Amino acid sequence: MAEVTAKQVLFEPIFSNNPIGLQILGICSALAVTTSMNVTIVMCLSVIAVTAFANLAVSLVRTQIPGSIRIIVQMTIIASLVIVVDQILKAYAYEISKQLSVFVGLIITNCIVMGRAEGFAMKNGPWLSFLDGIGNGMGYSIMLLFVAFFRELLGAGSLFGVTLLTPVNEGGWYITNGLLLLPPSAFFIIGLAIWGLRTWMPEQVEEEDYKMSRHTHKEAF
Amino acid sequence: MAKGKETVPRTLLVALVLSIVFSVVVSTAAVVLRPAQIKNQNLDIKTNILAASGMLPEGAGAEEIEKVFSQFEVRLVDLETGDYVEPSFVGVKDPMKYDMYKATSDPEMSTNILSSADKAGIKRRPNISKVYTLSENGNIKRVVLPVHGYGLWSTLYGFMSLEGDLNTIEGLGFYDHAETPGLGGEVDNPRWKSQWVGKELYDEDKTKPQIRLIKGGVSSNAPGKEHKVDALSGATLTSRGVQSLVNYWMGDRGYAPFLKKLREGEV
Repeated sequence: MAEVTAKQVLFEPIFSNNPIGLQILGICSALAVTTSMNVTIVMCLSVIAVTAFANLAVSLVRTQIPGSIRIIVQMTIIASLVIVVDQILKAYAYEISKQLSVFVGLIITNCIVMGRAEGFAMKNGPWLSFLDGIGNGMGYSIMLLFVAFFRELLGAGSLFGVTLLTPVNEGGWYITNGLLLLPPSAFFIIGLAIWGLRTWMPEQVEEEDYKMSRHTHKEAF
Repeated sequence: MAKGKETVPRTLLVALVLSIVFSVVVSTAAVVLRPAQIKNQNLDIKTNILAASGMLPEGAGAEEIEKVFSQFEVRLVDLETGDYVEPSFVGVKDPMKYDMYKATSDPEMSTNILSSADKAGIKRRPNISKVYTLSENGNIKRVVLPVHGYGLWSTLYGFMSLEGDLNTIEGLGFYDHAETPGLGGEVDNPRWKSQWVGKELYDEDKTKPQIRLIKGGVSSNAPGKEHKVDALSGATLTSRGVQSLVNYWMGDRGYAPFLKKLREGEV
Protein backbone atom coordinates (compact mmCIF):
# COMPACT_ATOMS: atom_id res chain seq x y z
CA MET A 1 0.00 0.00 0.00
CA ALA A 2 1.27 3.43 -0.91
CA GLU A 3 2.38 5.59 1.99
CA VAL A 4 0.00 8.36 2.87
CA THR A 5 0.87 11.54 4.71
CA ALA A 6 -1.11 13.05 7.53
CA LYS A 7 -1.89 16.10 5.44
CA GLN A 8 -3.31 14.03 2.61
CA VAL A 9 -5.40 11.96 4.95
CA LEU A 10 -6.81 15.04 6.62
CA PHE A 11 -7.53 17.26 3.63
CA GLU A 12 -8.16 14.98 0.67
CA PRO A 13 -11.68 13.99 1.76
CA ILE A 14 -12.75 17.63 1.79
CA PHE A 15 -12.86 18.22 -1.95
CA SER A 16 -10.91 15.71 -3.99
CA ASN A 17 -12.33 12.63 -2.29
CA ASN A 18 -15.49 13.94 -0.67
CA PRO A 19 -17.51 11.14 0.91
CA ILE A 20 -20.80 12.63 -0.26
CA GLY A 21 -19.60 14.24 -3.49
CA LEU A 22 -17.49 11.42 -4.90
CA GLN A 23 -18.45 8.31 -2.99
CA ILE A 24 -22.14 9.29 -2.64
CA LEU A 25 -22.31 8.04 0.97
CA GLY A 26 -24.28 9.42 3.91
CA ILE A 27 -27.05 10.89 1.78
CA CYS A 28 -29.85 9.96 4.18
CA SER A 29 -28.79 12.29 6.95
CA ALA A 30 -27.83 14.94 4.41
CA LEU A 31 -31.51 15.11 3.49
CA ALA A 32 -32.86 14.92 6.99
CA VAL A 33 -30.94 17.37 9.12
CA THR A 34 -30.21 20.24 6.76
CA THR A 35 -33.20 22.51 7.29
CA SER A 36 -31.28 24.84 9.57
CA MET A 37 -27.62 25.72 10.05
CA ASN A 38 -27.60 25.34 13.84
CA VAL A 39 -28.92 21.81 13.75
CA THR A 40 -26.61 20.92 10.88
CA ILE A 41 -23.51 22.13 12.70
CA VAL A 42 -24.29 20.01 15.74
CA MET A 43 -24.92 17.01 13.51
CA CYS A 44 -21.61 17.62 11.70
CA LEU A 45 -19.66 17.87 14.95
CA SER A 46 -21.28 14.65 16.14
CA VAL A 47 -20.36 12.83 12.95
CA ILE A 48 -16.78 14.17 13.05
CA ALA A 49 -16.41 13.01 16.65
CA VAL A 50 -17.89 9.59 15.97
CA THR A 51 -15.86 8.96 12.81
CA ALA A 52 -12.63 10.11 14.40
CA PHE A 53 -12.97 8.12 17.62
CA ALA A 54 -14.41 5.06 15.91
CA ASN A 55 -11.41 5.05 13.56
CA LEU A 56 -9.06 5.52 16.49
CA ALA A 57 -10.61 2.70 18.50
CA VAL A 58 -10.82 0.30 15.58
CA SER A 59 -7.23 1.05 14.61
CA LEU A 60 -5.98 0.45 18.18
CA VAL A 61 -7.47 -3.04 18.35
CA ARG A 62 -7.10 -3.89 14.65
CA THR A 63 -4.43 -6.55 15.18
CA GLN A 64 -6.60 -8.31 17.76
CA ILE A 65 -9.88 -8.44 15.85
CA PRO A 66 -10.63 -11.88 14.40
CA GLY A 67 -11.63 -11.54 10.75
CA SER A 68 -14.87 -13.46 11.21
CA ILE A 69 -16.42 -10.92 13.61
CA ARG A 70 -14.68 -7.74 12.49
CA ILE A 71 -17.82 -6.04 11.16
CA ILE A 72 -19.69 -6.73 14.41
CA VAL A 73 -16.73 -5.41 16.40
CA GLN A 74 -16.68 -2.19 14.36
CA MET A 75 -20.43 -1.88 14.69
CA THR A 76 -20.27 -2.25 18.49
CA ILE A 77 -17.60 0.41 18.76
CA ILE A 78 -19.52 2.81 16.52
CA ALA A 79 -22.86 2.15 18.21
CA SER A 80 -21.39 2.75 21.67
CA LEU A 81 -19.82 6.03 20.57
CA VAL A 82 -23.08 7.18 19.02
CA ILE A 83 -25.00 6.43 22.22
CA VAL A 84 -22.45 8.40 24.22
CA VAL A 85 -22.73 11.35 21.81
CA ASP A 86 -26.53 11.18 21.99
CA GLN A 87 -26.45 11.19 25.79
CA ILE A 88 -24.08 14.15 25.84
CA LEU A 89 -26.30 16.12 23.46
CA LYS A 90 -29.37 15.36 25.57
CA ALA A 91 -27.55 16.62 28.64
CA TYR A 92 -25.90 19.74 27.21
CA ALA A 93 -27.72 20.72 24.01
CA TYR A 94 -31.26 19.62 24.75
CA GLU A 95 -33.04 21.92 22.29
CA ILE A 96 -30.95 20.82 19.35
CA SER A 97 -30.99 17.18 20.35
CA LYS A 98 -34.78 17.38 20.27
CA GLN A 99 -34.65 18.65 16.70
CA LEU A 100 -32.10 16.06 15.63
CA SER A 101 -34.25 13.42 17.33
CA VAL A 102 -33.64 10.06 15.77
CA PHE A 103 -30.91 11.17 13.39
CA VAL A 104 -28.19 11.17 16.01
CA GLY A 105 -28.94 7.51 16.61
CA LEU A 106 -28.87 6.94 12.89
CA ILE A 107 -25.22 8.01 12.69
CA ILE A 108 -24.65 4.32 13.44
CA THR A 109 -25.96 3.47 9.99
CA ASN A 110 -24.06 6.26 8.26
CA CYS A 111 -21.99 4.48 5.62
CA ILE A 112 -19.14 6.94 6.03
CA VAL A 113 -18.36 5.87 9.59
CA MET A 114 -18.47 2.17 8.84
CA GLY A 115 -16.71 2.61 5.51
CA ARG A 116 -13.75 4.43 7.05
CA ALA A 117 -13.45 1.92 9.89
CA GLU A 118 -13.39 -1.02 7.50
CA GLY A 119 -11.55 0.66 4.63
CA PHE A 120 -8.93 2.70 6.45
CA ALA A 121 -8.66 2.08 10.18
CA MET A 122 -8.28 -1.69 9.78
CA LYS A 123 -5.09 -1.12 7.76
CA ASN A 124 -3.51 1.99 9.29
CA GLY A 125 -2.09 3.22 12.58
CA PRO A 126 -4.16 5.01 15.22
CA TRP A 127 -2.93 8.55 14.55
CA LEU A 128 -3.48 8.42 10.79
CA SER A 129 -6.86 6.73 11.31
CA PHE A 130 -7.91 9.43 13.74
CA LEU A 131 -6.98 12.13 11.22
CA ASP A 132 -8.75 10.22 8.47
CA GLY A 133 -11.90 10.19 10.60
CA ILE A 134 -11.68 13.95 11.13
CA GLY A 135 -11.00 14.51 7.43
CA ASN A 136 -13.94 12.47 6.26
CA GLY A 137 -16.16 14.00 8.90
CA MET A 138 -15.17 17.42 7.57
CA GLY A 139 -15.83 16.34 4.00
CA TYR A 140 -19.30 15.28 5.07
CA SER A 141 -19.75 18.49 7.02
CA ILE A 142 -18.78 20.84 4.23
CA MET A 143 -21.38 19.30 1.96
CA LEU A 144 -24.05 19.40 4.66
CA LEU A 145 -23.32 23.02 5.48
CA PHE A 146 -23.52 23.89 1.78
CA VAL A 147 -26.94 22.25 1.54
CA ALA A 148 -28.17 23.75 4.81
CA PHE A 149 -27.04 27.24 3.77
CA PHE A 150 -29.36 27.27 0.78
CA ARG A 151 -32.18 25.39 2.47
CA GLU A 152 -32.34 27.70 5.46
CA LEU A 153 -31.76 30.92 3.54
CA LEU A 154 -34.26 30.28 0.75
CA GLY A 155 -36.64 28.03 2.69
CA ALA A 156 -37.02 30.06 5.86
CA GLY A 157 -35.33 33.36 5.01
CA SER A 158 -32.84 33.08 7.83
CA LEU A 159 -29.34 31.86 8.67
CA PHE A 160 -28.44 30.41 12.07
CA GLY A 161 -31.98 31.33 13.10
CA VAL A 162 -31.38 35.05 12.39
CA THR A 163 -33.95 36.38 9.94
CA LEU A 164 -32.31 37.94 6.89
CA LEU A 165 -35.16 37.93 4.40
CA THR A 166 -38.36 38.67 6.34
CA PRO A 167 -40.96 36.14 5.18
CA VAL A 168 -44.50 37.13 4.21
CA ASN A 169 -45.88 35.08 7.12
CA GLU A 170 -44.14 37.43 9.51
CA GLY A 171 -45.18 40.56 7.67
CA GLY A 172 -42.18 40.88 5.36
CA TRP A 173 -41.77 40.61 1.58
CA TYR A 174 -39.99 37.31 1.07
CA ILE A 175 -42.14 34.44 -0.17
CA THR A 176 -40.45 31.38 1.33
CA ASN A 177 -39.77 28.43 -0.90
CA GLY A 178 -41.60 25.58 0.81
CA LEU A 179 -39.91 22.91 -1.28
CA LEU A 180 -36.56 23.74 0.29
CA LEU A 181 -37.91 22.87 3.72
CA LEU A 182 -38.78 19.37 2.54
CA PRO A 183 -36.15 16.61 2.29
CA PRO A 184 -36.27 16.07 -1.51
CA SER A 185 -34.85 19.55 -2.12
CA ALA A 186 -31.54 18.38 -0.65
CA PHE A 187 -31.24 15.97 -3.57
CA PHE A 188 -31.31 18.88 -6.00
CA ILE A 189 -28.75 20.87 -4.05
CA ILE A 190 -26.42 17.89 -3.60
CA GLY A 191 -26.81 17.13 -7.30
CA LEU A 192 -25.88 20.68 -8.24
CA ALA A 193 -22.96 20.61 -5.80
CA ILE A 194 -21.63 17.41 -7.32
CA TRP A 195 -22.00 18.90 -10.78
CA GLY A 196 -20.02 21.96 -9.68
CA LEU A 197 -17.38 19.79 -8.00
CA ARG A 198 -16.89 17.64 -11.07
CA THR A 199 -16.69 20.62 -13.39
CA TRP A 200 -13.94 22.00 -11.17
CA MET A 201 -12.17 18.62 -10.88
CA PRO A 202 -12.90 16.73 -14.10
CA GLU A 203 -10.90 13.71 -12.90
CA GLN A 204 -13.84 12.90 -10.59
CA VAL A 205 -16.16 12.28 -13.50
CA GLU A 206 -16.89 8.58 -13.67
CA GLU A 207 -16.40 6.64 -16.84
CA GLU A 208 -19.58 5.68 -18.55
CA ASP A 209 -20.64 2.13 -17.82
CA TYR A 210 -21.62 1.58 -21.41
CA LYS A 211 -21.90 3.58 -24.56
CA MET A 212 -25.17 3.95 -26.31
CA SER A 213 -24.96 2.65 -29.82
CA ARG A 214 -25.73 5.01 -32.64
CA HIS A 215 -29.31 5.13 -33.69
CA THR A 216 -29.52 3.16 -36.91
CA HIS A 217 -32.31 4.05 -39.20
CA LYS A 218 -33.96 1.49 -41.41
CA GLU A 219 -36.42 2.31 -44.11
CA ALA A 220 -39.78 0.64 -43.77
CA PHE A 221 -39.91 -0.51 -47.35
CA MET B 1 -0.08 -9.75 13.30
CA ALA B 2 -0.85 -12.01 16.22
CA LYS B 3 -0.96 -15.63 15.26
CA GLY B 4 -3.92 -17.81 16.04
CA LYS B 5 -6.34 -14.92 16.38
CA GLU B 6 -8.81 -16.68 14.12
CA THR B 7 -9.50 -19.56 16.55
CA VAL B 8 -12.95 -20.00 18.09
CA PRO B 9 -11.92 -19.45 21.76
CA ARG B 10 -10.04 -16.33 20.73
CA THR B 11 -13.04 -14.99 18.82
CA LEU B 12 -15.29 -15.59 21.80
CA LEU B 13 -12.79 -13.91 24.12
CA VAL B 14 -12.57 -10.80 21.93
CA ALA B 15 -16.37 -10.62 21.69
CA LEU B 16 -16.73 -10.97 25.46
CA VAL B 17 -14.09 -8.38 26.36
CA LEU B 18 -15.51 -5.96 23.80
CA SER B 19 -19.06 -6.34 25.13
CA ILE B 20 -17.96 -5.76 28.71
CA VAL B 21 -15.80 -2.74 27.93
CA PHE B 22 -18.45 -1.00 25.85
CA SER B 23 -21.35 -1.79 28.14
CA VAL B 24 -19.37 -0.11 30.91
CA VAL B 25 -18.69 2.92 28.68
CA VAL B 26 -22.33 3.27 27.62
CA SER B 27 -23.84 2.75 31.05
CA THR B 28 -21.37 5.15 32.66
CA ALA B 29 -22.33 7.84 30.17
CA ALA B 30 -26.03 7.18 30.74
CA VAL B 31 -25.78 7.22 34.53
CA VAL B 32 -23.47 10.21 34.80
CA LEU B 33 -25.48 12.37 32.42
CA ARG B 34 -28.93 11.33 33.69
CA PRO B 35 -29.44 14.16 36.22
CA ALA B 36 -28.54 16.81 33.64
CA GLN B 37 -30.95 15.27 31.15
CA ILE B 38 -33.86 15.15 33.59
CA LYS B 39 -33.18 18.75 34.52
CA ASN B 40 -33.30 19.67 30.83
CA GLN B 41 -36.56 17.84 30.26
CA ASN B 42 -38.25 19.51 33.20
CA LEU B 43 -36.91 22.88 32.21
CA ASP B 44 -38.20 22.30 28.70
CA ILE B 45 -41.73 21.58 29.95
CA LYS B 46 -41.65 24.61 32.21
CA THR B 47 -40.41 26.79 29.34
CA ASN B 48 -43.27 25.61 27.16
CA ILE B 49 -45.84 26.29 29.87
CA LEU B 50 -44.52 29.80 30.39
CA ALA B 51 -44.40 30.38 26.64
CA ALA B 52 -48.05 29.32 26.24
CA SER B 53 -49.15 31.71 28.95
CA GLY B 54 -47.04 34.55 27.61
CA MET B 55 -44.99 34.73 30.81
CA LEU B 56 -41.66 33.67 29.34
CA PRO B 57 -39.13 36.45 29.84
CA GLU B 58 -37.11 37.01 26.69
CA GLY B 59 -33.77 35.19 26.65
CA ALA B 60 -34.34 33.89 30.16
CA GLY B 61 -31.84 31.52 31.70
CA ALA B 62 -32.64 28.35 33.60
CA GLU B 63 -32.77 30.07 36.97
CA GLU B 64 -35.18 32.76 35.85
CA ILE B 65 -37.50 30.20 34.30
CA GLU B 66 -37.54 28.20 37.53
CA LYS B 67 -38.30 31.35 39.46
CA VAL B 68 -41.20 32.45 37.25
CA PHE B 69 -42.54 28.91 37.11
CA SER B 70 -42.51 28.56 40.88
CA GLN B 71 -45.55 30.88 40.98
CA PHE B 72 -47.55 28.08 39.42
CA GLU B 73 -49.18 25.38 41.48
CA VAL B 74 -49.06 21.93 39.90
CA ARG B 75 -52.20 19.89 40.58
CA LEU B 76 -53.65 16.61 39.37
CA VAL B 77 -57.25 16.54 38.23
CA ASP B 78 -59.69 13.67 37.75
CA LEU B 79 -61.12 14.49 34.33
CA GLU B 80 -64.37 12.59 34.95
CA THR B 81 -65.41 14.44 38.09
CA GLY B 82 -63.33 17.57 37.76
CA ASP B 83 -61.95 17.21 41.28
CA TYR B 84 -58.35 17.51 42.38
CA VAL B 85 -56.70 14.26 43.40
CA GLU B 86 -53.71 13.72 45.64
CA PRO B 87 -50.42 12.84 43.87
CA SER B 88 -50.30 9.62 45.92
CA PHE B 89 -53.39 8.48 43.99
CA VAL B 90 -51.23 7.94 40.91
CA GLY B 91 -48.29 6.71 42.96
CA VAL B 92 -46.03 9.76 42.90
CA LYS B 93 -44.93 12.23 45.55
CA ASP B 94 -44.31 15.24 43.37
CA PRO B 95 -47.15 15.93 40.89
CA MET B 96 -44.51 17.20 38.44
CA LYS B 97 -43.32 13.58 38.13
CA TYR B 98 -46.67 12.28 36.87
CA ASP B 99 -46.63 11.63 33.11
CA MET B 100 -50.17 11.76 31.76
CA TYR B 101 -49.03 10.62 28.31
CA LYS B 102 -47.40 7.52 29.72
CA ALA B 103 -50.63 6.84 31.61
CA THR B 104 -52.52 6.42 28.32
CA SER B 105 -50.76 3.11 27.77
CA ASP B 106 -51.83 1.83 31.20
CA PRO B 107 -55.37 0.34 31.10
CA GLU B 108 -55.81 1.12 34.81
CA MET B 109 -55.08 4.78 34.39
CA SER B 110 -56.76 5.60 31.12
CA THR B 111 -60.04 5.10 29.27
CA ASN B 112 -60.81 4.12 25.73
CA ILE B 113 -62.53 6.81 23.72
CA LEU B 114 -65.29 5.63 21.39
CA SER B 115 -64.23 6.36 17.85
CA SER B 116 -67.37 8.45 17.28
CA ALA B 117 -66.41 10.69 20.19
CA ASP B 118 -62.70 10.71 19.48
CA LYS B 119 -62.57 14.13 17.87
CA ALA B 120 -58.93 14.69 18.73
CA GLY B 121 -57.85 11.31 17.34
CA ILE B 122 -56.05 10.19 20.49
CA LYS B 123 -57.78 6.81 21.05
CA ARG B 124 -57.16 6.74 24.81
CA ARG B 125 -57.50 9.45 27.41
CA PRO B 126 -55.72 9.49 30.76
CA ASN B 127 -58.10 9.50 33.74
CA ILE B 128 -55.95 11.97 35.59
CA SER B 129 -54.50 15.09 34.05
CA LYS B 130 -51.91 17.54 35.25
CA VAL B 131 -52.91 21.21 35.42
CA TYR B 132 -50.97 24.32 36.31
CA THR B 133 -52.75 27.06 38.19
CA LEU B 134 -51.63 30.50 39.20
CA SER B 135 -53.50 32.20 42.04
CA GLU B 136 -53.34 35.63 43.54
CA ASN B 137 -54.88 36.26 46.96
CA GLY B 138 -56.82 33.02 46.69
CA ASN B 139 -58.29 33.87 43.29
CA ILE B 140 -57.39 31.90 40.20
CA LYS B 141 -55.56 34.20 37.81
CA ARG B 142 -54.41 31.78 35.19
CA VAL B 143 -54.74 28.09 34.30
CA VAL B 144 -52.48 26.20 31.91
CA LEU B 145 -53.86 22.92 30.54
CA PRO B 146 -51.99 20.29 28.53
CA VAL B 147 -53.73 19.39 25.26
CA HIS B 148 -52.93 16.96 22.49
CA GLY B 149 -54.48 15.60 19.33
CA TYR B 150 -53.86 14.39 15.82
CA GLY B 151 -53.09 16.79 12.99
CA LEU B 152 -52.10 15.54 9.56
CA TRP B 153 -48.95 13.49 10.15
CA SER B 154 -48.49 13.50 13.85
CA THR B 155 -49.92 14.04 17.29
CA LEU B 156 -49.49 17.63 18.38
CA TYR B 157 -48.66 18.17 22.06
CA GLY B 158 -49.14 21.57 23.56
CA PHE B 159 -50.45 23.79 26.31
CA MET B 160 -53.43 26.10 26.41
CA SER B 161 -53.43 28.95 28.86
CA LEU B 162 -56.68 30.51 30.11
CA GLU B 163 -57.28 33.74 31.99
CA GLY B 164 -58.89 33.84 35.42
CA ASP B 165 -62.42 33.86 33.95
CA LEU B 166 -61.60 30.37 32.60
CA ASN B 167 -63.02 31.37 29.24
CA THR B 168 -60.62 33.82 27.64
CA ILE B 169 -57.62 32.26 25.91
CA GLU B 170 -54.28 33.65 26.87
CA GLY B 171 -52.23 31.55 24.50
CA LEU B 172 -51.83 28.22 22.76
CA GLY B 173 -48.50 26.67 21.93
CA PHE B 174 -47.33 23.29 20.70
CA TYR B 175 -44.02 21.89 21.77
CA ASP B 176 -43.99 18.61 19.90
CA HIS B 177 -45.35 17.78 16.46
CA ALA B 178 -44.18 16.64 13.04
CA GLU B 179 -46.42 18.62 10.70
CA THR B 180 -45.12 19.71 7.29
CA PRO B 181 -42.54 22.47 7.67
CA GLY B 182 -43.78 25.70 6.11
CA LEU B 183 -47.44 24.55 5.99
CA GLY B 184 -48.84 22.74 9.04
CA GLY B 185 -45.56 23.48 10.80
CA GLU B 186 -46.66 27.11 10.90
CA VAL B 187 -48.58 26.26 14.11
CA ASP B 188 -45.32 27.43 15.66
CA ASN B 189 -45.42 30.78 13.88
CA PRO B 190 -45.61 33.51 16.56
CA ARG B 191 -47.82 35.67 14.34
CA TRP B 192 -50.36 32.89 13.96
CA LYS B 193 -50.24 32.03 17.63
CA SER B 194 -50.83 35.65 18.60
CA GLN B 195 -54.33 35.45 17.04
CA TRP B 196 -55.45 33.12 19.80
CA VAL B 197 -54.90 35.68 22.51
CA GLY B 198 -58.22 37.06 23.73
CA LYS B 199 -60.43 34.54 21.95
CA GLU B 200 -63.23 33.03 24.00
CA LEU B 201 -63.82 29.33 24.43
CA TYR B 202 -67.47 29.20 25.44
CA ASP B 203 -70.82 30.83 24.77
CA GLU B 204 -73.08 31.90 27.63
CA ASP B 205 -73.84 28.31 28.67
CA LYS B 206 -70.13 27.77 29.44
CA THR B 207 -70.08 24.09 28.57
CA LYS B 208 -69.62 23.62 24.86
CA PRO B 209 -66.42 25.08 23.38
CA GLN B 210 -67.05 27.02 20.18
CA ILE B 211 -63.58 27.46 18.68
CA ARG B 212 -63.54 27.47 14.87
CA LEU B 213 -60.58 27.74 12.54
CA ILE B 214 -61.95 29.39 9.41
CA LYS B 215 -60.57 30.06 5.97
CA GLY B 216 -59.95 33.52 4.61
CA GLY B 217 -59.24 35.40 7.82
CA VAL B 218 -61.48 36.76 10.55
CA SER B 219 -62.89 40.16 9.67
CA SER B 220 -63.52 42.65 12.45
CA ASN B 221 -67.31 42.48 12.06
CA ALA B 222 -67.70 38.72 11.56
CA PRO B 223 -70.41 37.18 13.75
CA GLY B 224 -68.97 35.17 16.61
CA LYS B 225 -65.47 36.44 15.86
CA GLU B 226 -64.52 35.95 19.50
CA HIS B 227 -64.50 32.19 18.80
CA LYS B 228 -62.89 32.30 15.37
CA VAL B 229 -59.25 32.02 14.39
CA ASP B 230 -57.79 32.24 10.89
CA ALA B 231 -56.80 28.75 9.73
CA LEU B 232 -53.29 28.00 8.48
CA SER B 233 -53.04 28.46 4.73
CA GLY B 234 -52.16 25.29 2.87
CA ALA B 235 -52.75 23.19 5.98
CA THR B 236 -56.44 22.35 6.12
CA LEU B 237 -55.96 19.07 7.95
CA THR B 238 -53.59 20.47 10.56
CA SER B 239 -56.02 23.35 11.16
CA ARG B 240 -58.91 20.95 11.48
CA GLY B 241 -56.84 18.88 13.92
CA VAL B 242 -56.08 21.92 16.06
CA GLN B 243 -59.76 22.96 16.08
CA SER B 244 -60.84 19.45 17.07
CA LEU B 245 -58.27 19.00 19.77
CA VAL B 246 -59.05 22.34 21.40
CA ASN B 247 -62.78 21.64 21.33
CA TYR B 248 -62.27 18.09 22.58
CA TRP B 249 -60.07 19.03 25.51
CA MET B 250 -62.15 22.04 26.53
CA GLY B 251 -65.38 20.02 26.19
CA ASP B 252 -67.12 17.82 28.76
CA ARG B 253 -64.85 14.86 28.02
CA GLY B 254 -61.86 17.07 28.65
CA TYR B 255 -61.47 19.89 31.14
CA ALA B 256 -65.01 21.34 31.11
CA PRO B 257 -66.08 19.57 34.37
CA PHE B 258 -62.93 20.81 36.08
CA LEU B 259 -63.26 24.34 34.73
CA LYS B 260 -66.92 24.43 35.81
CA LYS B 261 -66.05 23.43 39.38
CA LEU B 262 -63.16 25.86 39.41
CA ARG B 263 -65.40 28.67 38.20
CA GLU B 264 -67.99 27.94 40.84
CA GLY B 265 -65.32 27.66 43.48
CA GLU B 266 -66.12 24.04 44.27
CA VAL B 267 -62.56 22.77 44.08
